[in-house]
Amino acid sequence: MSARRIEGEGEVLVSVEGVYKHFPIRQGIVFKKEVGRVHAVDGVDLRVRRGETLGIVGESGCGKSTLARCITGLHPVTSGRILFEGTDITGLPKSGLKAFRRDVQMIFQDPYGSLNPRRRVGSIIGDPFAVHATAAGAERKRRVQELMELVGLNPEHYNRFPAEFSGGQRQRIGVARALALRPKLIVCDEPVSALDVSIQAQVVNLLKDLQDEFGLTYVFIAHDLSLVRYVSDRVAVMYLGKVAEAAAVEDVYVRPRHPYTAALLSAASVSDPDAAERAERIVLTGDVPSPIQPPPGCRFHPRCPKAAGRCVEEDPPLIRRDGDAPGHVTACHFPVEPGESLAGREASIAQVSTQPDLPEVEQ
Amino acid sequence: MSSYTELEAQELREDGGPPPGGPARVRGRSPFQLAWARFRRDRLAVASLGVLALIVLFAVLAPLWARWTGHPYDATFPKTGLDPDGQPRGPSGEFWLGADQLGRDVLVRAAYGARISLVVGILAALLASVVGTLVGVLSGYVGGALDTLLARLMDMTLALPYLLVAILLATTFQISSVGASLTMTILVIAFFSFAAFGRIIRGQVLSLKQKEFVEAARSLGASNTRIMLVDVLPNLVAQVTVLTSLLIPTSIVFEATLSFLGVGVRLPMPSWGSMLGEGSDVFQTAWWLLAVPGVLLLLTTLSFNLLGDGIRDALDPRGDRSGGRR
Amino acid sequence: MTRFVIRRLLYAVVVLWLVSTLVFVFLHISPVPVERVIGGPRATTDTLEQIRRNLGLDEPVLVQYWEFLKRLLRGDLGASYINGTPVATLIADRLPTTVWLVVGAGILWFVGGVVTGVLSATRARSVADRAATVFVLIGLSTPPFVMALVLLYLFATRLGEAGFRFFEAGPPLQEHFLQRMILPWIALAFLMIAAYTRLTRGAMLDVLGEDYVRTARAKGLSRRRVVYRHGLRAALTPVVTQFGIDLGALIGSTIVTEKVFGLQGVGQLVYQSIALGDTPVIIGVTLVVTLFVIVANLLVDVGYSFLDPRVRLS
Repeated sequence: MSARRIEGEGEVLVSVEGVYKHFPIRQGIVFKKEVGRVHAVDGVDLRVRRGETLGIVGESGCGKSTLARCITGLHPVTSGRILFEGTDITGLPKSGLKAFRRDVQMIFQDPYGSLNPRRRVGSIIGDPFAVHATAAGAERKRRVQELMELVGLNPEHYNRFPAEFSGGQRQRIGVARALALRPKLIVCDEPVSALDVSIQAQVVNLLKDLQDEFGLTYVFIAHDLSLVRYVSDRVAVMYLGKVAEAAAVEDVYVRPRHPYTAALLSAASVSDPDAAERAERIVLTGDVPSPIQPPPGCRFHPRCPKAAGRCVEEDPPLIRRDGDAPGHVTACHFPVEPGESLAGREASIAQVSTQPDLPEVEQ
Repeated sequence: MSSYTELEAQELREDGGPPPGGPARVRGRSPFQLAWARFRRDRLAVASLGVLALIVLFAVLAPLWARWTGHPYDATFPKTGLDPDGQPRGPSGEFWLGADQLGRDVLVRAAYGARISLVVGILAALLASVVGTLVGVLSGYVGGALDTLLARLMDMTLALPYLLVAILLATTFQISSVGASLTMTILVIAFFSFAAFGRIIRGQVLSLKQKEFVEAARSLGASNTRIMLVDVLPNLVAQVTVLTSLLIPTSIVFEATLSFLGVGVRLPMPSWGSMLGEGSDVFQTAWWLLAVPGVLLLLTTLSFNLLGDGIRDALDPRGDRSGGRR
Repeated sequence: MTRFVIRRLLYAVVVLWLVSTLVFVFLHISPVPVERVIGGPRATTDTLEQIRRNLGLDEPVLVQYWEFLKRLLRGDLGASYINGTPVATLIADRLPTTVWLVVGAGILWFVGGVVTGVLSATRARSVADRAATVFVLIGLSTPPFVMALVLLYLFATRLGEAGFRFFEAGPPLQEHFLQRMILPWIALAFLMIAAYTRLTRGAMLDVLGEDYVRTARAKGLSRRRVVYRHGLRAALTPVVTQFGIDLGALIGSTIVTEKVFGLQGVGQLVYQSIALGDTPVIIGVTLVVTLFVIVANLLVDVGYSFLDPRVRLS
């Protein structure tokens, strides 16, 4: 497998700068006025270097899929810039956008929903050639069959329909389609979470092999922590539309600084039963708050075992904290110290359950 | 994380490669081939297709019946068709299905009426489905102000008392030629049918729009037109086919009702509806004036309904054929 | 809630306005000279001119349109071309017959449809269910006017004098009310019973497949209790909604039934006006029926939103 790439090395391919994506909620009789916004992505800064895999983890609803769709240009951003090879793609005209879309491809979560059930596999994989008019007729068929072989599908199944394939095979079709135009960046939005665990390994290994062969850059979104650790060079942890912590993969897993990261890691299933016994679960109070009215200050303060008065008032910046490796950034006023135990800790401020219609949590 | 590699080798054997037992099929069976295979097993649907074929034959050969019997559809035969009291004569060697109150041949008129029913039913249903699909796709896919406008337009059309508006149109415009009345009947029926059609298609498009394959096409850089034509429309074909086939009997009944009231297809062109309307004064003594057009009408609508149900079952095998809420 | 009702009301007003505008446009572009219909074939040019002036047809279009809307707002639907009677009076005289016809048929079809549908759903795949399915297929394929003609033929022709007693035209509605109304009710309700059987059966089967119904069964509640307490209540909601809409719409469909059975209702009024070319009457009925349909839809929507709060949000 590919060698771990060290932070600080390599050219920046994608730079996400202060990106916000809000979805307005409208109501009204004649004129729809905005009554609220879903803060799906709320000020995210990230860099992806050429040839690396950036993993993005977080609970469902933390905005990671929305961020993926902003990076691929599927969602226009509310504000902020996304630079791809130095060009801001947020304000691209139609022609520029089409060229950009040759370089950035996406692999989707749902192997059933992401393939048109009424089209033959050859036509689905050949779609990029048709849209960009790069190959037609026999030439297109030849290239599609090459792609099918490349991703481990039988090229003779060119004329089959998606329904005739298994989930893993369907995801291979999605990979072939994403690979067709030899893109520079592939955004994988939970590419294996809909598959059986046994099939997940194949698809993930296929993605890694292809990365080595073609020097691809991946943004890999998942909620499975061990999977992200396996594929990523660097990891960003998202919570309620913001990046809580980002660092090289081993830094995050071995020395997490954000209490949220620590809690996520403590909740993750551990394959070694002895380690599982030793590990202490950090139990968070409440539920993820509504992204319509995110909490003030640090977004994590209503659930954080280390929360203090400062956390309610001041939003912590995403910066390198004392003693951390270069490129390890954390958005926390009181980062977790090595060896510190959070299990059973209680915050020094009153925390209200964010779960709707429930009484206050007894302190 | 070594488990991944171990699993890989095992799974590669299961995943990909030809299915065990028998050579790999190279060309997959298309959804339509599968649907046709299912349809053929539905005896009721196949039988109704046969009945419809006979009715179509009966309609197509209408001039032939007229030539054989020597009774043009608009010719009256007071001497042979009416008895001395002026009452129509029943079925006989001369008039196989009897004569009507003016001494015209019911068989020949019913055959010409079949033409009208089929032409109006099929054309109106096709027109409504084309317009309905167009409006539904535009409304659902483009969204925004256009959607609001089109959705409201469809709601309003559905709120109109269709029979009354059709009558109003017929009386204010006083159309007297057969051709013009035929055109207007088709247009009126299509107008009042497209909205229900469009609403269902719109709902379908809204859910298709959420599908990841549409997003995938967008991320490839496909234009909206291409997505609508290549990705959205083919997924509507099943629904459109079913709706259109079920719209045909509705349109036939609509036409018959209008003609029964004298505001559909104009005389002297016979239609099953107008035959029933004209005959309703005398059929207490001449049952065939009710039975012939009535049975034909019932048989046609029943067959189309069964055919539509059959098509729906064939295209959507999981659907419950008696489910009302769809 | 209030916002929802206001929005629906505004919408209803807009629909009414659009329908009346449509009607006005029809009238205006009609190739039939109105003065000729009123004056008759032998009227002189002077008379025709006089009629035009009386009707305000010499005014500019917009003035005519404005006057038309003002009259409508006052409830003035104009006068019959044939005998000058105000259309509103004509409709008011005939409306009770039609309302009785629709209400009776409505009760018949709702009760008939729901009972057959529930029986069919709870005994799915039994002989009774199959019989119901056949009935639904035939019912849905039978145009109401064919049903009316068949009933008329069977009862009036076959039964002779005894049959004819059911629907003598002329005497007031109160006389032999039931005997005269029963056949029209059946004729009008037949197709709807079939449609409602299908609707109820589908809704019932959906509900009975839901987890909470299975939970209720698992709790040990009797099958009867589950079907009627839990199942029917939930299944009836869509059926009742549809009923409100159909009941309003049906007023426009009684024309055929009234014609066949000689009932002197609004539909008969329309039918007679077709032959006479009496456009104001047809317009009046169209507008009144549209009002009925819109009010029925409004009531259904508002009532439904009380039952199901999710509707208000959409």
